[in-house]
Amino acid sequence: MAPKVEGPWARFRAEFAESRLAMAGLLVLLAILAIGILAPVISPQNPYDLAQLDVMDSKLAPGEKSAAGRTYWLGTDDQGRDMLSGIFYGLRISLGVGIASTVFALAIGLVFGLVAAYFGGWVDTLIMRIVDIQLSFPAILIALILLAVLGQGVDKIVIALVTVQWAYYARTVRSSALVERQKEYVEAARVLALGQARVVFRHLLPNCLPPLIVVATVQVAHAIALEATLSFLGLGLPITEPSLGLLISNGFQYLLSGKYWISFYPGVALLLTIMAINLVADQLRDILNPRLRK
Amino acid sequence: MLRTLRLALAALAILGLPAAATAKEREVSIGLQAAITSMDPHYHNLSPNNSMMLHVFEPLIKRDDNQKLIPGLATSWKAIDDLTWEFKLRKNVRFHDGSPFTADDVVFTLGRVPNVPNSPSSFATFTKPIVDVKVVDAHTVVFKTANPHVLLPSDLASVMIVSKLHGEKAATTDYNSGKAAIGTGPYKFAEYVPNQRVTLMANYGYWGGEEPWDKVTFKILTNPAARVAALLSGDVQMIETVPTADIGKFAKDPKYSLVDKVSNRVIYVHLNQRTDTPPPFVTGKDGKPLQGNPFKDARVRKALSMAINRDVIADRVMEKRAVPAAQLLPDVFFGTSKKLKPAKHDPEGAKKLLAQAGYPNGFAMTVHGTNNRYINDDKIAQAIAQFYSRIGIDTKVETMPANVYFTRATKGEFGYMLLGWGTESGEQGSSLRSLLATYDAAKGMGVTNRARYSNPELDGLIGQAMSTIDDKKREALIQKAAEIAMNDTALIPIHYEVSTWATMKNHRYTPRTDQYTLAMGLKPAK
Amino acid sequence: MLAYAIRRFGQSVFVLVLMSFLVFIGVYAIGNPIELLVNPQADEVERARAAAALGLDRPFLEQYWVFLKGAASGDLGRSFVYNEPALTLILDKLPATIELAFVAMVMAIGLGIPLGLVAGLKPDSFVGRAIMAGSILGFSLPTFWVGLVLIMVFSVQLGWLPSNGRGETMMVAGLPVSFLTADGLAHLAMPAVNLALFKLSLLIRLTRAGTREAVLQDYVKFARAKGLSQGRVIGVHVLKNILIPIVTVIGLELGSVIAFAIVTESIFAWPGSGKLLIDSINQLDRPVIVAYLLVIVTLFIVINFVVDVLYSLLDPRVRLGGAAASH
Repeated sequence: MAPKVEGPWARFRAEFAESRLAMAGLLVLLAILAIGILAPVISPQNPYDLAQLDVMDSKLAPGEKSAAGRTYWLGTDDQGRDMLSGIFYGLRISLGVGIASTVFALAIGLVFGLVAAYFGGWVDTLIMRIVDIQLSFPAILIALILLAVLGQGVDKIVIALVTVQWAYYARTVRSSALVERQKEYVEAARVLALGQARVVFRHLLPNCLPPLIVVATVQVAHAIALEATLSFLGLGLPITEPSLGLLISNGFQYLLSGKYWISFYPGVALLLTIMAINLVADQLRDILNPRLRK
Repeated sequence: MLRTLRLALAALAILGLPAAATAKEREVSIGLQAAITSMDPHYHNLSPNNSMMLHVFEPLIKRDDNQKLIPGLATSWKAIDDLTWEFKLRKNVRFHDGSPFTADDVVFTLGRVPNVPNSPSSFATFTKPIVDVKVVDAHTVVFKTANPHVLLPSDLASVMIVSKLHGEKAATTDYNSGKAAIGTGPYKFAEYVPNQRVTLMANYGYWGGEEPWDKVTFKILTNPAARVAALLSGDVQMIETVPTADIGKFAKDPKYSLVDKVSNRVIYVHLNQRTDTPPPFVTGKDGKPLQGNPFKDARVRKALSMAINRDVIADRVMEKRAVPAAQLLPDVFFGTSKKLKPAKHDPEGAKKLLAQAGYPNGFAMTVHGTNNRYINDDKIAQAIAQFYSRIGIDTKVETMPANVYFTRATKGEFGYMLLGWGTESGEQGSSLRSLLATYDAAKGMGVTNRARYSNPELDGLIGQAMSTIDDKKREALIQKAAEIAMNDTALIPIHYEVSTWATMKNHRYTPRTDQYTLAMGLKPAK
Repeated sequence: MLAYAIRRFGQSVFVLVLMSFLVFIGVYAIGNPIELLVNPQADEVERARAAAALGLDRPFLEQYWVFLKGAASGDLGRSFVYNEPALTLILDKLPATIELAFVAMVMAIGLGIPLGLVAGLKPDSFVGRAIMAGSILGFSLPTFWVGLVLIMVFSVQLGWLPSNGRGETMMVAGLPVSFLTADGLAHLAMPAVNLALFKLSLLIRLTRAGTREAVLQDYVKFARAKGLSQGRVIGVHVLKNILIPIVTVIGLELGSVIAFAIVTESIFAWPGSGKLLIDSINQLDRPVIVAYLLVIVTLFIVINFVVDVLYSLLDPRVRLGGAAASH
């Protein structure tokens, strides 16, 4: 299997494996992804099916049995939802929301940032002033407007998160693209009179991309936390289909009364997920960054 | 510098002994759940404001803990005929600055109420029926109404009397600054910081006797967890509206005492009956439109009521701080019928009724509710949906903040609407009129009938009750109206909220049905 | 420089007008303030009267036009709920929020840059790894959750710190500040930590990344070879290299800290403008929402301007006017 000539992929793998911590992170991340994908198969209960919940089983402590004799290993929440199943399904939603919103926000931010940096002048001014407006518009107000106009749902939350985050990327991309633009290869492409779109997307973009991808992995965590905060403010997902964040904010009110498990276990799951993503992302950044090569 | 140092030392002392230092003998802090939007008693008709105003100002007629009318600045009142009321005013009452209270202040107040600029919710609703005021002597006034107005005493219980001397040139800002906030109440205005706190000082010359506190500070702690933490850490000595999650803790812990009382607020469901076509968010299970509006069929409404297990909601969701409801007010209030009992939980019966109505396999609908307006509103919505999913109705739940919800609910954009209603007057007639009379904006009938339920028989009884001055006869009419409405499942009552207050063990609060939090009800416990 | 400032000012006016229009549309879309303001028992007459009193009975565009006319003369309208000028309400609450944000930012910078330097200089050491692992905690736990845990530990269990509100204030240069009194500091500690946590993690990560790049660059190697002390190498050469991205982020985050301290303020009942904003949104108090966001945008514009000027001071290659100037 091992190739004699060291290809870039093999080299990449070898470098990644240098850090045992990163490898551990990768394993955890893969396990979490597997749980998320397989949630409907491995969960003891479908926590989104109201017919399977019984409010009589609400707020049971971990390990307690229901009236029907079934054990809830991580306890239940205030609707009698099995926390273990809730966490499995919640992982699925949280990861989905985090990844989808980051990808879209990144794509939009990338296009606007690049266009602003490349064309400069009034285009740049216009885009950057829109970015200013966007950045000063509170996430809660955007989420509220979208809720009023579009209603509730996973797709709406993704739209809200994208709306909140794209401007951040646009500004970051623009500043790194401004540096890139001064370099010879862009000048060369211009001198060759290549089409503008071609210069932007075939030349500028690939050179801005690697660091951004790593930033984006970190931002997935931020998106998940932001979704949790919106849920806390009552603007998040439908309460019958909780994400990790929604589970935490539902259980939040039970913290002072000692029913810790309702928000503690989802909190641990969220922490593990984000830690794994970050361990992997840190290592990726170190490998991909050409300026760190010894 | 020296000052800073001294402050630092003082603060360190406080840090060392948090509980001992805050519990100064005659001072008390109370954590409130909602902001006080003004200290002008005629600016904004809003429960938290009305409750706060009762400390500084007083109405002619007050309400006791059970919302029964009792003498306030008036010692007695009577209807001379259908259109004339005579009020005897209390003598030897002085405003906080020492000036005497007379009939002139009553006249001035009635003139001011409808003319407060920019008022977002005016008290004119209460004074409008009065077309003329006559001062007989300094302590007797006579009110004339254009039509028989049975609720006049109850309405006047909501109108605070202000001083003519200080009020003549005063605007709302003068009340907020304290310049004009000079009343006759047991406490004097000291400080008002919007959205943050209100501080009051004792009025030692109060006609009703001295209060046990020299200084009362109301802190606005809207976040429930912050409110609980403030009590646990000794920053306040009492909080209102204890979050359900923490009720068990306060009930058990010997350091605190928890009091509660059933309130005048009912949590209920309006079923959209505006159209003969299916209402929004109600479809067949396959997503195809239904034939007709199922909510127009009394059997469907009854089935939806029977499917709900009210005891379980009260027990598990509300931690026993709710009373299953049969009508719009608990049956200790005026105009309620003792014959009405909460609908029995009967899923099999509900299924049968649905089958009779032509829905043997149920249908699909969305339960809409608020998530920041009533106690545990979003949890109640979910529990209800659980019950429906057991009788074959595919139920989704959508909850949203009140600012989005009410606009849409009023426009009729929902099918199944979870709502709440507090009866400030303490009599059921006014609630039936607002919630269930046939909608007629011009006549003020059914103004909050978001379902557009309509029943001519009910309308007739409500109209009759409204013009019957005799209390006994009126009560019988209202009771009959309530029975007709509830037997037709005009709306689905879920439960009455039980208000809760938690105090430090060495304080005792006398709970009230109107959910008001009054320093006058808080005493040191021996 | 002057021409640049004037151009930026012109753009800012455009931004403010556009922003106010967007907020008007947004609030209009969310719901009808009358539904929340008027007592539910009130009849149709009373509702109409309230709508007229607040100017809500007029067509949408006319309402906006009335607002614009007022704004041109410095009047941003009166709060529907409080009947006070919206701007006065906000300016009363803003100092508390700015103080909180400022203290949080100082904490984040004061701890974040040194910790990030350590983690960047010794990336494989135990300390370096521990710092990085700790920083993950900072942005993976939701703010509201951390806030309540802080209260549980320090107010409820230990009884060391007050759980809510702002402490005693002193007047400094006409503004009330609380960080100079012990009581004020005790009230400030937990909310500031709560707010600083996320920024702290971000700064640690940025500084570490920048440091790792810098130590490998020729000029740093050269400085070391010349025998300059470690302290001087780090203080002058490394720090200089990482300052630009850090200033960018501080600029971005300072604004967002001031604007969106909503969650922290509501958990700790901090009497700042974030709490005012969320309450105003909940009650659809449009004049306050609009005025608040205009104040915040203005703040952002000023911060951005300062950051751009700082760039040109930190790195002479960056010219003011950015892309526009090079065309």
